[in-house]
Amino acid sequence: MSREVFEKNHELQWRALEGNLARLEKSRGGEAAPDFPELYRQVCHHLALARHRRYGADLELRLNRLVLRGHQQLYRSRAGSLAAALRFATSDFPRLVRSEAKLVLLSLLLFAGPLIAMLLAVPWRPELALSVLPPATVEQMGQQYAPDGSLKAGRPVDSDLLMFGYYIYNNIGIAFRTFASGILGGLGSIFFLVYNGLAIGAVTGHIKYMGYQGNFYPFAIGHGAFELTAIVLAGAAGLRLGLALLAPGRLTRGESLLAAGRRAIGLVYGVAGMLTIAAFLEAFWSPSAAPAMVKLIVGGVLWLYVLFYFLVAGRSYGS
Amino acid sequence: MLDTYRPVETPEGVEIGLRVAGPVPRLFAAAIDLVIRVVAYFVLAIPASLLGDGGVGLLLVGMFLMEWFYPVLFEVRRGGATPGKRRLGLLVLHRDGTPVGWMGSIVRNLLRFADFLPAAYGFGIASMLIDRDFRRLGDLAAGTVVVHREPEMAGYRVPKGPSLRPSVPLDLDEQRAVLDYAERLGTWSEARAAELAGLAAPLTGVPRTADGVEGVKHLLGIANWLLGRR
Repeated sequence: MSREVFEKNHELQWRALEGNLARLEKSRGGEAAPDFPELYRQVCHHLALARHRRYGADLELRLNRLVLRGHQQLYRSRAGSLAAALRFATSDFPRLVRSEAKLVLLSLLLFAGPLIAMLLAVPWRPELALSVLPPATVEQMGQQYAPDGSLKAGRPVDSDLLMFGYYIYNNIGIAFRTFASGILGGLGSIFFLVYNGLAIGAVTGHIKYMGYQGNFYPFAIGHGAFELTAIVLAGAAGLRLGLALLAPGRLTRGESLLAAGRRAIGLVYGVAGMLTIAAFLEAFWSPSAAPAMVKLIVGGVLWLYVLFYFLVAGRSYGS
Repeated sequence: MLDTYRPVETPEGVEIGLRVAGPVPRLFAAAIDLVIRVVAYFVLAIPASLLGDGGVGLLLVGMFLMEWFYPVLFEVRRGGATPGKRRLGLLVLHRDGTPVGWMGSIVRNLLRFADFLPAAYGFGIASMLIDRDFRRLGDLAAGTVVVHREPEMAGYRVPKGPSLRPSVPLDLDEQRAVLDYAERLGTWSEARAAELAGLAAPLTGVPRTADGVEGVKHLLGIANWLLGRR
């Protein structure tokens, strides 16, 4: 077949694909016409033929550009559906956490160990708190929970919103950093877990030493259910990355890291969701005017709920 | 090998060439994106501060989103490039040449923090210098590469002239050499054009000893024939 006949036979298909591509490239969310994949594959075939038959560099160039553009459109990622997000929240996420149970427990140990140690040690030797945090921070954290401190009930809604923004910016940022630095052989995650454990333990111990715990525990218990759990899970996600490099098993280190990234990012999605819930609670519920007893009961229920969620949700088939 | 060309084959059996991008243009792109973000913070901070504490709260949420998800949004929704990358002609792709998706982009941009450690992208640059595809840690975990965008090539610009059928069939590389020659013809002196045409004497059949003008005309004719101007 001569080049002229070849071009005449297929020109219409090439035009059709061009039209399809122009439409797809203009509207990013646009749906492809039903014949787009077939047209694309036909033009791939034409390109191969044009190469084999040496129809000429310019024709090849034109077909090659069409194929490249088609490739970018055919294989672009589609946004996940709402149904998939819902399934992730109700079953995939807790399943993922259970399948990483060992790393979650290790992360819990790295976080809760230093926390409990400081919590016990600081009321006995208060100066220990200063070994982790600067004196001004310790002082200010403690004063918030004094009987006449800034967290007494009934602050204006405006400052609730301010605190919400701060918790999103700060807490989710810490979780992301805890995860990301795990790629350094897990060292970064270990550092953030231990350091945050020490710092939270030091502040709580200091509050206990000052005798302000009556204000602190009702405030912290509600959002703590989501916040503390999320930090532990972010640490586990980071450890997963680090472990992939240290012990790749039968994969190459590159492949092992890729697979670990895929698993770990699922944990991070969940962590971001939990910390958003925690930020809402910490900004709007925890400082609210509800009586301390109500807050303690609600907080206890939230802890049970989180535990129940990770132990049970998504266990039955098809849920 | 210093070559940065990475051929990738698509499932349809067509080859795509990726030209991986090194640390220098990528740092420039990151610097541009940083400037854009800082300007955006200032622009947002003025109305936010007028709204009082609540406005500052919203600003903090905005800053959180900008800091972590500004590159993700552009990479997934705007053709693989943040404004800085677009300016430098860079593009993020999966290693198999497909456009980067949400998961890949989120992984590589969250891990940016680890690449930034211990200071000024230290680990990231070290990783780029070790890896032959210049991937930073985030790219390694996400399975992505940063490549140079191919320049838009509409076709060969060859001066029109009478077309001449080559005496032997030319393979693709030979065709390209002839077309590239014809395209750049105007940029050389006549003597240089003649000298280069002399190298193709076995193809044109014009002996090298002639003054060369004949050989240039001959090659230009073949180029016109190759472009289908018959």
